[in-house]
Amino acid sequence: MKNIQEVSRVTIRFAGDSGDGIQLTGNQFTRTTAIALNDLSTLPDYPAEIRAPAGTLYGVSGFQIQFSSQNIHTPGDEVDVLVAMNPAALQSGLKSLKKNGIIIINGDAFTERNLRMANFSENPLENGFLAGYQVYPVDITRLSRDALEKIELTHKEKDRCKNFFALGMVYWLYNRSMDATVEWIERKFSRQPIWAEANVLALKAGRNYAEATELFATSYRVPEAKIEPGIYRQITGNEALTFGLIAAAAKARRNIFYGSYPITPASDVLQYMASYKHFGIKTLQAEDEIAAIGAAIGASFAGDIGVTATSGPGLALKSEFLGLAVMTELPLVVMDIQRSGPSTGMPTKTEQADLLQGLFGRSGEAPIPAIAASSPADCFYAAYEAVRVAIRFMVPVLVFSDAYLANGAEPWKIPDTEGLPEIEIEFAKAGEDYAPYLRDPQTLARRWALPGTPGLEHRLGGLEKQDVTGNVSYDPDNHEKMVRLRAEKVQRVGEFVEEPEIYGDSRGEVLVVSWGSTYGTVLTAVEQLRKEGKSASFYHLRWVNPLPKKLETYIRRFRRVIVPEVNLGQLRRIIRSTYLVDAVGFNRMKGQPISVSELKQAIEALLEEKNNGR
Amino acid sequence: MADNIPVTTKSPKEDFASDQDVRWCPGCGDYAILAQMKKVLPEIGVPREKVVFISGIGCASRFPYYINSYGFHTIHGRAPAVATGIKLANPELSVWIITGDGDSLSIGGNHLIHLCRRNLDVNVILFNNQIYGLTKGQYSPTSPLGKVTKTTPYGSIDRPFNPISLVLSAGATFVARTIDRDTKHMAEIFKRAAAHKGCSFVEVYQNCNIFNDGAYRLLTEPETKFDQVLYLEDGKPLIYGKEKNRGLRFNGFETEALEMNESAENKDLPVHRENSENEAYAQWLSRIGDVPGLPVPVGVFRAVQRPTYEQLSEQQLAGAIQKKGPGDLKQLFISGDTWKVE
Repeated sequence: MKNIQEVSRVTIRFAGDSGDGIQLTGNQFTRTTAIALNDLSTLPDYPAEIRAPAGTLYGVSGFQIQFSSQNIHTPGDEVDVLVAMNPAALQSGLKSLKKNGIIIINGDAFTERNLRMANFSENPLENGFLAGYQVYPVDITRLSRDALEKIELTHKEKDRCKNFFALGMVYWLYNRSMDATVEWIERKFSRQPIWAEANVLALKAGRNYAEATELFATSYRVPEAKIEPGIYRQITGNEALTFGLIAAAAKARRNIFYGSYPITPASDVLQYMASYKHFGIKTLQAEDEIAAIGAAIGASFAGDIGVTATSGPGLALKSEFLGLAVMTELPLVVMDIQRSGPSTGMPTKTEQADLLQGLFGRSGEAPIPAIAASSPADCFYAAYEAVRVAIRFMVPVLVFSDAYLANGAEPWKIPDTEGLPEIEIEFAKAGEDYAPYLRDPQTLARRWALPGTPGLEHRLGGLEKQDVTGNVSYDPDNHEKMVRLRAEKVQRVGEFVEEPEIYGDSRGEVLVVSWGSTYGTVLTAVEQLRKEGKSASFYHLRWVNPLPKKLETYIRRFRRVIVPEVNLGQLRRIIRSTYLVDAVGFNRMKGQPISVSELKQAIEALLEEKNNGR
Repeated sequence: MADNIPVTTKSPKEDFASDQDVRWCPGCGDYAILAQMKKVLPEIGVPREKVVFISGIGCASRFPYYINSYGFHTIHGRAPAVATGIKLANPELSVWIITGDGDSLSIGGNHLIHLCRRNLDVNVILFNNQIYGLTKGQYSPTSPLGKVTKTTPYGSIDRPFNPISLVLSAGATFVARTIDRDTKHMAEIFKRAAAHKGCSFVEVYQNCNIFNDGAYRLLTEPETKFDQVLYLEDGKPLIYGKEKNRGLRFNGFETEALEMNESAENKDLPVHRENSENEAYAQWLSRIGDVPGLPVPVGVFRAVQRPTYEQLSEQQLAGAIQKKGPGDLKQLFISGDTWKVE
């Protein structure tokens, strides 16, 4: 009987060639972990190339998962277990592996050719290079083939099952049930029984191998986390955006018109939306980014809810039309799934560097409300709320997500559909005394009048509008009035939406202010610091425009303010200029989320300043 | 989702005049186009609340302000994009795109060709004056080679687009040309465009009397126009001339102009067929005007029936609902793998 050790938190990284089925393996492990009631967070990390050459470093596909008996908010900085299906996966995975971490290696893949492609001059399994880690070389390819001896498949085909062998070993290592995966395989391959049998055999063989051999001295168990009761599913950020839009349309009882042009990492949303036509969703794969938003604006003019999504370079192309949406005061939702820039940059990698472009990147004074999702599942609520605000205030609304949220997944507690906030639309009616730019005194929204309604014929356009009548006007006083009205309308969104609460004490030494996908990282860092008795609090913005009123109050109550971002300090710039506060930044631009430990150090440095006489 | 909006069916002519002052230069060809449009609109059988005029930027694009219907003066070159959204959101609307040669062939060229290929049921009226008017006299993508303008002091070295040829290639299903000075013909063409189900494209030769006066003089002056303009009539031979004594025919790969002592009407000449499935025929016609010595055809080059984009879009939506049932949020949320935490 082997030793079982209880641990509270584990991070595993599966890595191999793009063709090794790594994402599938990761997803199966995730699902099993969720069913075992651990809290979890995942990070798929795959190459930009569709079919990268086998064995190369740039062709490595990775999947990282952190799971715990406690609440966790990130996929983990440091990896406890690296499953490396080839030398390239080992080479690229080593830098994030913990000291004394576990490496499970497919020894069969350590051929001279693969070693060379992974920049190993010698075999690291033989030269002591991996001293300081717990290394478990297993001939996964050969053992899988042996396990499938009686199956009528070629060697090459059998090799496609080796990821399940590896998964079986990891299941043993973490005392996981294989039931969910076996059931999944049988369902997935119900029409190809030979593949179902082969994959299940490989999975079981991996587990039995780990158990029978004295390979690992210890296996681990992560106790159940306290998780709110409910029905859960895994959801990626892009799926959640889709669901949020569909839910909002259903609540508003209007059709969604979704115009988009394929761009990484936003293309998924167009694909998903196109598959939900039975929800009354019209999709247009437009000829370019400009047409995509233009058609969405046209659809909004005619009474659908116009939506478009893109990434940074696409947002740049859409900026002129965004200005038109500001001028014509039509409801519109524009989602920016940010990626590393500038220019084409690193399309599959994350960044938060479109904040200033989104808020200010238009000609003239063209403010728009902007909401930022904080986690994959939160993308659902961000999209939903964006539609609500767009309709209520007759404004274009920007939704910020990023590549990390788009592809990352987390368990999502499925909401009660009746509990979602109502979205009411009151169109101008035939026969009413209609003026296109007459405003609701509270929201400053003008009224939405649909083509087809007799008596409400009116003309919209990009030329400056006369207040109330909407006629073209070059009057100087009118222009100033309209500029101020459009800005004021955006500010009033702040009175309609809920302001976020501070995490931690509402006064103290250091306040961390962040937005978007850094949420999990910052929360983890601040949680840990507070456990250590440090005076740090955390305020995470949801709407980045308008800023919450409480923000200034909190900023004044802390000695220092730090703004961690995956950019050069864009929110920091806004905070400094808005509140005249000497906020400092913590900025990393590696195409990856910020690491908890680095951020913690930066906050600690601020906490210690006081002792150094600042 | 249908709206319960009462529908009026008749529209008196004056209904389409808006209360805005028209601000084109005196003598501009645009006035004639506006007048004919106001005349035609009450006759197309669509109440004015279901008419939408969409434009880009340029002199022509002011047009929607002068028509009392729904209108949208969008941004430069992008009217087709906005029109696509409008028509998909509400296919019942009669959608008109008003554009110019700079707007639709230069900055908006991409949107124009994609509008045509999708065969959205809209009417595009392109005011072609071969010049940028609103920006005061720069050459346009239809200005002829050698044209001297403010930005081509040594003459233009850009080859011009032939708009008819371009939209034919792009798949427009109704393609026509008319001239601002021939108001009767223009009105007929507008009516035909409105009646056509699918993407209708009408090029209007329009005189800019300020920056490019007389660009079409040969086609409009009584001394020359009969020998310079060939009026296309469906089922009739390709003849022209004051005495109808001139005709066109193929001679090998070339076009031959014939001149006779009598009417060419009953001679053995190619007969115009708008609905010819052979697009090469319409392409041939579209290029005739580019050949020195040959007349410029006006009228309907091509009129064929194809399913429209919004029809196909609606069909897919209806088909998906029929197949999967109307979308159910709860079902959507629990689709895929779920698990329960007690």
